[in-house]
Amino acid sequence: MSQDAQLRIISALVENKPGVLFRISNLFRRKSFNIQSIAAGPSETAGLTRITITMFSTYAQADQVMKNVDNLVDVRGVEPFDASNASVRELALVKLSPGAPSTRPEIMNCIETFRGNVVDISPETLTVEVSGDPDKINAFISMARNYGLKEVARTGAVALTRAMTTNEEIAKW
Amino acid sequence: MFGIPGGANMPIYDALYDQQSFQYTPLNERGIRHILARHEQSAAHMADGYARASGKVGVCMGTSGPGATNLMTGLATAYMDSSPVVAITGQVPSSVIGTDGFQETDVVGMATSITKYTFQPLRVEDVPYSVKAAFYLAATRRPQPVLVDLPKDVQQMEDDIEFPQSVDFPNYGPLPEPDPTILKTIARMILESQHPVILGGGGVKAANAYLELRALAELLFAPVATSFMGKGAFPENHPLSLGCMGMHGSERTNKLIPECDVLLVVGSRLSDRTTGKIEKFCPNTKIIHIDADKAEIGKNFKPLVLSLVADAKKALVAITKEVEAGMLGRHREAWVKKAQEVSVATPALDGNGTYLSGVETVKMLRRILPPKAIVTTEVGQHQMWCEQHFQVIEPRTFFSSGGLGTMGFGFPAAIGAKIARPDVPVFDIAGDGSFAMTENSLATSVEEDIPVTVVILNNRMLGMVAQWQRHFYNSRYSAVRLGNSPDFVKLAEAYGAEGARVETIPELETAVGRAMRSHVTTVIEVPISPEENVLPMLPPGAGLKEMIVG
Ligand SMILES: Cc1ncc(C[n+]2csc(CCOP(=O)(O)OP(=O)(O)O)c2C)c(N)n1
Repeated sequence: MSQDAQLRIISALVENKPGVLFRISNLFRRKSFNIQSIAAGPSETAGLTRITITMFSTYAQADQVMKNVDNLVDVRGVEPFDASNASVRELALVKLSPGAPSTRPEIMNCIETFRGNVVDISPETLTVEVSGDPDKINAFISMARNYGLKEVARTGAVALTRAMTTNEEIAKW
Repeated sequence: MFGIPGGANMPIYDALYDQQSFQYTPLNERGIRHILARHEQSAAHMADGYARASGKVGVCMGTSGPGATNLMTGLATAYMDSSPVVAITGQVPSSVIGTDGFQETDVVGMATSITKYTFQPLRVEDVPYSVKAAFYLAATRRPQPVLVDLPKDVQQMEDDIEFPQSVDFPNYGPLPEPDPTILKTIARMILESQHPVILGGGGVKAANAYLELRALAELLFAPVATSFMGKGAFPENHPLSLGCMGMHGSERTNKLIPECDVLLVVGSRLSDRTTGKIEKFCPNTKIIHIDADKAEIGKNFKPLVLSLVADAKKALVAITKEVEAGMLGRHREAWVKKAQEVSVATPALDGNGTYLSGVETVKMLRRILPPKAIVTTEVGQHQMWCEQHFQVIEPRTFFSSGGLGTMGFGFPAAIGAKIARPDVPVFDIAGDGSFAMTENSLATSVEEDIPVTVVILNNRMLGMVAQWQRHFYNSRYSAVRLGNSPDFVKLAEAYGAEGARVETIPELETAVGRAMRSHVTTVIEVPISPEENVLPMLPPGAGLKEMIVG
């Protein structure tokens, strides 16, 4: 794969009709592109679903696949996103089994640092919710490996374009 | 409509029974003529041939399960060549879907990769919309097949439903008008160019832009080459015609193309068969790519100079308008002369005395057949001989499976084409291997009175594969000898068709003349040498200038 291969984000607005997700994922399979994550949910308009796909690819490959996705009859529009033009967020649930109670304060500290929430707790396990950009979640997961990481469930990234505001404008808010 | 009934589509066939002109009557405005195929693959090819010859949607039908899976090869063929076909399949009742019921297959899943869209209406009130939308989607923008999968219970339901006047696909409107800024730049590049060439693809035919292409070429004094799919988009007897380029294009055309300074590509996906090794394709040429499908731009050939997503016809008209004034009083005599020298056909290869040669036969057929005659081909050496030596002159007269390369396409496609154009002779130029794949369509053509002619260039070989084994596998002939059966003359006669075996040119002339006058399908077998090659050829991975000539 050529040098500009990287994680890329594609966002598509599609009609909520049977088979749409299949058509899109089938397209990726046909072109031998590997979907890293795919997240779909209702959009601001009834009947339309917003799908966020992350894939590891070159620019040319992403461009091809976007045109193909946009060609699908049920797709309203497709946009390429990256961290510079969009807010990208993902949510993960991470189950830990920390073992010795003495490590707990350390764990809580770590969760705090990542602004995680404990959503479930039992004598043996601890389930933490973290959200943020995918890199942050990767970082949390690698930390968690030190504390008896048991299971991870991630939603996959979702993204929306960011207004290209200057710092001064942000300051006015 | 071409098809075969079965358990899951019997309600549709029962409804067809009421159609006045159901059988044995010519197509008319009101009725639906159904033609009984002998294999669903052939039914799909017939619909495809009908579509290519008429420019209208062709329809094929099959029952659920095996009926539907048999259609798939035909749909894939139509998909690759952008032909508007609607397939209507029966499906198990909706309550049974997903339970692996008898003759159930996930047809929608299977067809998704080889259709533009699929419908599976689960309520009777959705059926008219699905059908209307299927025809709309198949025929518009880039034509492609569409499948409608109808569960049996839905077929059986009755209701009073209005047939919709229109269908609504918000993201699928008509193609945008050609962008004026891009048009201006294209016009400027063309006017500045000294040695322009136009490359026409199948998209020119799909957009019915034959005359527009010709007008622009004549205005610009630009020679026109075509891809194999574009063969016939420009009259091949025209002084500006370069014929086909690519793997089995003419050698001199392939050598000329890289010398042009501007290449205007219209409606071609620039497949590897057309361009040779893409890295070596026209390194010093400015390439302008016009296509109806934005996904084709930059797909195969990345370093484009300029691209325009538009309908080929509209784009050609608009460009012609833009350059008209600039071309006033201009000529490109030297360039045209050079191109004309290139387009002189290579001299005929003569048979070796024992056999007629394939090339000779194809050239002779061009001489005998009227320009308006429709010719289809199968896949193999005979197809490539047609590419090289059968000049296509009139629009919509040459159909071949260029994209998928489906053996068995030509004969059923010829039958479909004959339905669309009963007024012209229709010939399938076939290899013996390919013909065997759908030869049972003889029954359809005889029983339904659809007389076509099949000319089999019989080398008793899977000739194309044998040629590759000769060139690239040290003549290790593996599984390519077909032997002497069947006797094609007797086979034809067994079906009630006429058969003839010809060994000389005069015999060929007589047989073809008789076939054109005959009211029944004729099979003409021409024994040829098993050793004859298709030359020149561009070996895989080679650039356009590196053809094998002998
Ligand atoms: C359905 C299908 N199977 C296999 C092939 C591979 N194939 C390409 S050409 C060819 C030989 C065709 O033989 P024939 O029809 O006799 O034509 P010839 O090359 O001898 O003119 C084969 C087997 C194909 N194109 N299509």
